[in-house]
Amino acid sequence: MEAGLTTDMLQFLFMGIQRGAIYAMVAMGFNMIYNATGIINFAQGEFVVLGGLMMVSMTMALNLSLVFAFLLSVVFVTVVGILMERLTINPVRRPTVLRLIIITIAVSILLKGAAMCFWGKGSHYMRHFTDAPPLEIMGAYILPQTLWIIGMLALVVIGYVAFFNYTMTGKCMRACAINRDAARLAGINDRRMVMLSFALSAAIGAIAGIIITPIIQMDYARGALLGLKGFGAAVMGGLGNSMGAVVAGLLLGIIEAGSGGYISSHYMDAIALVIMLGVLFVRPGGLFGSSEMVRLKEF
Amino acid sequence: MIATALMISCAGLVHAGQKEPYHIGCAFAITGGASWLGEPERNTAEMVAEQINEAGGINGRELVLHIEDTQGSNTRAVNAIKKLIKKENVCAIIGPSRSGTSLAAIPVVQQAEVPMLSCAAAASITNPPEQRKWIFKMGQNDSDAARRIYEHMNQNGIEKVGILTGTTGFGDAGRTQLETLKDEYGIEIVADETYAPGDTDMTAQLIRIRNSGAQAVINWSIVPAQSIVPKNMDQLRMDIPLYQSHGFANIKYAEAAGKAAEGSIFPAGRIMAAKTVPADHPQKEILMSYKEAYESRFDDQVTTFGGHAYDAMHIIARALEKVGDNPEKIRDAIEGMEFVGIGGVFKFTENDHCGLDKTAFEMMTVKDGKFVVLD
Repeated sequence: MEAGLTTDMLQFLFMGIQRGAIYAMVAMGFNMIYNATGIINFAQGEFVVLGGLMMVSMTMALNLSLVFAFLLSVVFVTVVGILMERLTINPVRRPTVLRLIIITIAVSILLKGAAMCFWGKGSHYMRHFTDAPPLEIMGAYILPQTLWIIGMLALVVIGYVAFFNYTMTGKCMRACAINRDAARLAGINDRRMVMLSFALSAAIGAIAGIIITPIIQMDYARGALLGLKGFGAAVMGGLGNSMGAVVAGLLLGIIEAGSGGYISSHYMDAIALVIMLGVLFVRPGGLFGSSEMVRLKEF
Repeated sequence: MIATALMISCAGLVHAGQKEPYHIGCAFAITGGASWLGEPERNTAEMVAEQINEAGGINGRELVLHIEDTQGSNTRAVNAIKKLIKKENVCAIIGPSRSGTSLAAIPVVQQAEVPMLSCAAAASITNPPEQRKWIFKMGQNDSDAARRIYEHMNQNGIEKVGILTGTTGFGDAGRTQLETLKDEYGIEIVADETYAPGDTDMTAQLIRIRNSGAQAVINWSIVPAQSIVPKNMDQLRMDIPLYQSHGFANIKYAEAAGKAAEGSIFPAGRIMAAKTVPADHPQKEILMSYKEAYESRFDDQVTTFGGHAYDAMHIIARALEKVGDNPEKIRDAIEGMEFVGIGGVFKFTENDHCGLDKTAFEMMTVKDGKFVVLD
């Protein structure tokens, strides 16, 4: 019985990490744009959906190789992100936070509609990346695809850290996030940084969509829920703090899996949300945000 | 409101064109979240009307369909039904597609005294019979699906089950039926789990079922997420039998679950495995003719739901042929009718406006990625 308990716990942990990794990536995308513009991009979930659906078409219909299809899908969604910024965010004359947020909602509806027209209303599935049986670890099973997800999250995090700490562009983006006026005075093209943030956040969204699709299947309407959970992770980790988002995302996934397994699947989502609210009551700035900084921010 | 009033006029009907046509109303969820119900229903209704008109209409009179889109919403469904009755003066209504919209439409239809043939499944649509004088239903009863599953379990010595239901109206109704009927069949529910339509992994629920000592799992849902369950069971190496509801009867769900779905057992209308229905079965001929006509025309696979519209159209056509387009006479004609349709062999009586029993379902399984009748 003792062994059974550890096995179950391990199984819930695997399940939680698999869910949480996706929340974490969606949350990172939210933060990227939040840092550059101070807004929440409500089309973030749609980036995930587009990435997943594009990958399905590339691999299942066009029979492209995984690597090629992966790159092409990410590039496609990145272009969508850039276009979104150029066509809808950049031209706004007096960009207030509220105005921009409403624009992102409009874009999300638009992208959802376009995805529905192009891919139809049904749900799409694709093969797992590796066609191997689940691995057994101490009696619990883990899908090879889950390993892909964890690996991809690790790569994204490493890339993220390297980009923002060791490249000039990354440092410029950070400067913009800290103080946009000062960054502009120092000669940084802040509008270009905004565009870049949309591109990067779309790319991360696309990666999340691509790696999760073999497990969950993708349909045009999934974006809202994925976005909502990812947003929850972003808030819980402290808006703007991407490493906080990763921890919070994983934590949220593990809480969900654990409460589903140990308490009741009927209240799985509710328990996760209550714990999230609890965290925000105690620490309004999120797990890793400071409450002083929250007071200084517009949103 | 996106309303499509469709006139089906036929070139070949020069002689019949002189007479006043028969007007039939349709209210389907063509767009919106339940469009996978409404779309095949609309396609089928249009196809059947065209077939009838090409063959010279009914009593030399054309059929004209007035099709409204309910978008699956109660308010829109009620408005659509009102419009069909008051403005288009239809003699009978087909639809709505969903149980919720059908229930919402009942008071209007009862008051206007026009027969309505709902394409949904909930038992309360035709119960209690004394308050549902004008309402008929094409969908098979949820309770009969549960009965078929429990019967199969009885035959195979399964007594303890773990149930896993979706948190939609369909899943919830199934959960209630499984609970209500369990004592009748001596089944014990040892685990009762649910999942939301957007869930991505049911491992936690399945582990609870595994630890409860269940001898089989029943997965009752109608959303795509249900095909994750067989995959997760495969992943956890659970080798107890998997039963699914008639909501699984969509070949896309079987495709999505891949080889994990092979061998799972579920009740479904015979249209889902028309080819493997024995040749001497009374429904065989009509099943094959509908399947061939639909699939050659729409480049899509037939569904149970389109079948509901097919049955409704033919039941109304038969009544029109007999009594003309007086709504009251049509109602009376349907009430005594026996009809071999897609959904099953209908026998409408004063107290049974569904007309189907558990024989409408056939137990099926997935074999080599296809639905086949279980023998």
